[in-house]
Amino acid sequence: MTEIDPRPFLAIGTAFLAALLVSVSHKYPNVREMWSTVASVIMFGLVISMAGGVLDGVTYEYTLFYLTDTIGLTMRVDPAGMIFAALAALLWMPINFYSIGYMRNNHEAMQTGYFAAFALCMGSTMGIAMASNLLTFFIFYEILTISSYPLVLHERDQEALLASRKYLAYTLVSGQLFLAGTVGVYCISGTMDFRAGGFLSLDMASPWVLQLLFVLMIMAGSVKAAVMPLHGWLPAAMVAPTPVSALLHAVAVVKTGAFAVLRVLGFVFGPKLLSQLGIADVLAWAAVITIIASSFIALRQDNLKRRLAFSTIGQLSYIVLGGALLTPLAFKGAYLHLVAHAVMKITLFMCAGCIIVRTHLHNISEMNGIGHKMPVTMGAFAVASLGIAGTPFIIGFISKWNLAMGAIQAGKPLFVAVWVASALLAMAYLMPVVRMAFFRPEPVNDPRRYGLISYCMLIPICFTAILAVLLGVNPELFPPDFYRLAEMASSAITAGWGGGWSD
Amino acid sequence: MDALNEFLARRGIYTLVMILFFLGVYGMVLAKNYLKKLMAMNVMQVAVIFFYLCFAQKEGGMIPILVPGNVDPASYINPLPHALMLTAIVVSMGTTGVAIALLMRIKEIYGSVEEREVLRRASK
Amino acid sequence: MSLALHSPVFIVLLPLSASLLCLAFSRIHRKLGAYVVQLALFGALISSLVTMRHVLAEGTKSVHYWMGNWAPPIGIEFVVDPLNTAVACMITFLAFVISFYSKPFLENEDWLHYGGYFTLYGLLTVGLCGMTVTGDVFNMYVYLEIMSLSGYGLIALGGHKSMLAAFRYLLVGTIGASLYLIGIGYLYAMTGSLNMADISERIQPFVNTPLFAFVVACFLIAFGIKMALFPLHGWQPDSYTFSHPGAAGFISGCMSKVPAYAMLRYFFYVFGIHNTVMGALMNVLGIMGICGILIGSVMALAQYDFRRMLAYSSVAQLGYIAVGMAMGNIYGFIGAVLHLINHAFMKSSLFLVVGGIAYRFGEVNLYRLGGLNKKMPVSSIATVLAVLSMIGIPPTCGFFSKWYLMLGAFEGQQYIFIAVLVVSSLLNAIYYVRIVEQMFVQREASLTEIHDPETKLGMPLSMVIPIGVTGLAILILGIYSSSLVTNIVEVGLPEVLLK
Repeated sequence: MTEIDPRPFLAIGTAFLAALLVSVSHKYPNVREMWSTVASVIMFGLVISMAGGVLDGVTYEYTLFYLTDTIGLTMRVDPAGMIFAALAALLWMPINFYSIGYMRNNHEAMQTGYFAAFALCMGSTMGIAMASNLLTFFIFYEILTISSYPLVLHERDQEALLASRKYLAYTLVSGQLFLAGTVGVYCISGTMDFRAGGFLSLDMASPWVLQLLFVLMIMAGSVKAAVMPLHGWLPAAMVAPTPVSALLHAVAVVKTGAFAVLRVLGFVFGPKLLSQLGIADVLAWAAVITIIASSFIALRQDNLKRRLAFSTIGQLSYIVLGGALLTPLAFKGAYLHLVAHAVMKITLFMCAGCIIVRTHLHNISEMNGIGHKMPVTMGAFAVASLGIAGTPFIIGFISKWNLAMGAIQAGKPLFVAVWVASALLAMAYLMPVVRMAFFRPEPVNDPRRYGLISYCMLIPICFTAILAVLLGVNPELFPPDFYRLAEMASSAITAGWGGGWSD
Repeated sequence: MDALNEFLARRGIYTLVMILFFLGVYGMVLAKNYLKKLMAMNVMQVAVIFFYLCFAQKEGGMIPILVPGNVDPASYINPLPHALMLTAIVVSMGTTGVAIALLMRIKEIYGSVEEREVLRRASK
Repeated sequence: MSLALHSPVFIVLLPLSASLLCLAFSRIHRKLGAYVVQLALFGALISSLVTMRHVLAEGTKSVHYWMGNWAPPIGIEFVVDPLNTAVACMITFLAFVISFYSKPFLENEDWLHYGGYFTLYGLLTVGLCGMTVTGDVFNMYVYLEIMSLSGYGLIALGGHKSMLAAFRYLLVGTIGASLYLIGIGYLYAMTGSLNMADISERIQPFVNTPLFAFVVACFLIAFGIKMALFPLHGWQPDSYTFSHPGAAGFISGCMSKVPAYAMLRYFFYVFGIHNTVMGALMNVLGIMGICGILIGSVMALAQYDFRRMLAYSSVAQLGYIAVGMAMGNIYGFIGAVLHLINHAFMKSSLFLVVGGIAYRFGEVNLYRLGGLNKKMPVSSIATVLAVLSMIGIPPTCGFFSKWYLMLGAFEGQQYIFIAVLVVSSLLNAIYYVRIVEQMFVQREASLTEIHDPETKLGMPLSMVIPIGVTGLAILILGIYSSSLVTNIVEVGLPEVLLK
């Protein structure tokens, strides 16, 4: 059932309008931040108001105008898009408060540009989540690239300049590859609308053309999803302020890449065609290598943000691997992990930011005993770390369970071993931080000074940490109901394709 | 010998025009003096004008002026290329005028119209 | 309503008469001539809009206007089809908008220079519009020369170094014009007609002869020189760099596009592309385009003079148009036409910004533009939009022309073009993003003011508004590109492509 409804565009428009209002009211910081707060709440309201309908099987669709004679700038909210949209809208609210606290307490410059670009990023993420065809998807993909560029460049120093160049180089290349792939897909199929289960088939073109197009589009998604060896920009982009790392480089931008991979796998090519082409295995093995290698690299990082960045790289490949297995449970696990990793990693990054603001510490080796003075922050850090490692009753467990089940369903139990190994590695690179924070004494001869506690920053951390636990205990609890949405999305993708897995 | 005569009769004039045209281009490329380049340009333009006048001719045709009593169009040569060339001549005169004006300013600024000298002073 | 029927001729007639009268009016009062020309340009804009409405409403593919009511092929006619009007609208719009922009540069000139500038400016518009709407091959030569001569003048007005640039352009341009004239001569000798529609029918028996190949080669070189197609672009960087800053936006925007459009008209509407000669020519054009795109981009990368960089970027962008034509299918054609229009706005906008910077700070080195976003906000935003469009980021217009070009390449299975387009986007990104970096990131501003900012926006309003308008046009053209394509370009598609 499809309903014509402009709400998707209202959600995007809210964010874009907020960006405009923010940049206009640069003289009044309180007004400026009010705009982005109000926008985040309105956006969440708009998205959540569609969630009920989507759960009942309604698809909301709206075409704003036509981009070419047949392809419109069209938004369509299906379960898969709803997951990502609701996730981004949900997390924008805490991170917005956190940003306010972080930017003010850290006395950052150029706050107007920061908040404006942030709102633009959120709007385009929303557009990516709900885009109904490849061209619309690409448009918002590129807007996201451009609007997150000033955020990486925020510090305006040499390091930020180099990082932002690297960032732009990677993301623009990926965009162009995606465009080339899109054009090819359009030429062989004559359509661009995402369809669950894919709209390409073997009779449209020779296999090597399809394989080439697949490689182009997946490479594009993989750059943003930081699948090795295309991950170089992500650690470099950690020069950005921590809220940016938290939202964009743990949630919005990288998740966009993972989401693009899932869209391409499930809605352009479809599991049936991919199993015929046999090319998804290559992607799966690239993801496996990324998962293991990034975990080992993360072990060696002393800078907390960098360690988290490499952890992000590994965790994103879970999603990619889930998609590449092509089974219902694996897709479900992939979508759930999109949510799970976002909630957990945003908590970790916000904690790291809190540490930076209060103590100006960046390196893990200096963080002995930090938990005595910052128990709430480090407590949340511990919860999220356990979640990343896949402890039951925290959301990470549910997604990983489904992913592992998906691997068994696909008849490839070897991948389960990968997940187990990576969970142990995650334990190994995150838990030492918790242990040092709580069970080591503070350095006596060099007492560190703590800045003021900012509740603006602390409350969002508690919020996301509690969210991680709540969703872990009952994933169907929350109004968007990510679990059922993921189930709907995965069954829609794999419906009509009988073979390939055992129940 | 017949072949040569045949060639000269049919294509000879066009060959000459073409040689003239490329002489002009050659001069424009190789002359070291801007005024000479300009003159070569004029040679090239004249070649184009000749070309038009040549293909307008026909054997036994007379100049396209209405002679009393003779209203047979076949006895006149084609007047259109001549008319076109009047325009082309005007244009080429205009071009030459602009070019000379530019050259005068170049001479004022750089004190020379020798290419090497001008480039040397311009790059300073 | 009889006046509306005559609208095609007013596109050319109004600026022509105004420019001829301009100096006389300027003698009366220094600025009067300029107002007359601007009024005429506005009139030309209105007439091209009226013509466009007329053409689109008629439903016929083209409107023929017979000069003095002499029927072709004897008489000269103006042929106005949807594409022509679109290009004419673009020219007159840019001419009108940029005419305001020129004025602050002329503030200290006497009546002769003030009036002379606008005479040349008006005549340039005449030449460009005439080339676009005429349906007679020799008439086009005349307009080509009007355009070139006034262009030489405007370039020469730019200062000391511009004399040499203008003189060189004159020499090269004259070779082009002479080749065009020879081409016409052969066409006339073969077909006995000078009317384009007439020629397109009568040329068909000759399309496999060597003479036809010679004509086509002449046209390729002639228009290639005028549109600065690689490797015939040698005159162009100097000319754009040193041309009068007030007119540089217009010159760079339109003066290379209109010959490109004329070439497109000859190839697709007159000669037809489905014969062996044109097939070979398309390959040549494609190779020239590819080389132009790559070498133009690399050369642009090496420049530190902002204007020169833009000039080389034009070489690359003209390569896009050539590549679009070389594809020889509908999508490629649409892409070429769309890029022709889009690029005119992008390049104009950037040149206007550069002119503004030169006006206020006397600075053209792109590594010394630090902190410009604070001093000239409108210009900075326009620059960002134009840069995004150059790279091909949606929803700016540059993306859509690239989109159609890519579709055309896939359709024709010319995958090399796709690779080139992708690589060139990235090269564009490299050399344009450094400007944005400079403007927004570089903190130590090394700019010294030579003109007072005058307004809050950093420049006189008559300069800010054209910059803003062209910048906005980039966005609007992008958003409305589908209606531009379906309502105008697709209506005017040449018949050879529809078969």
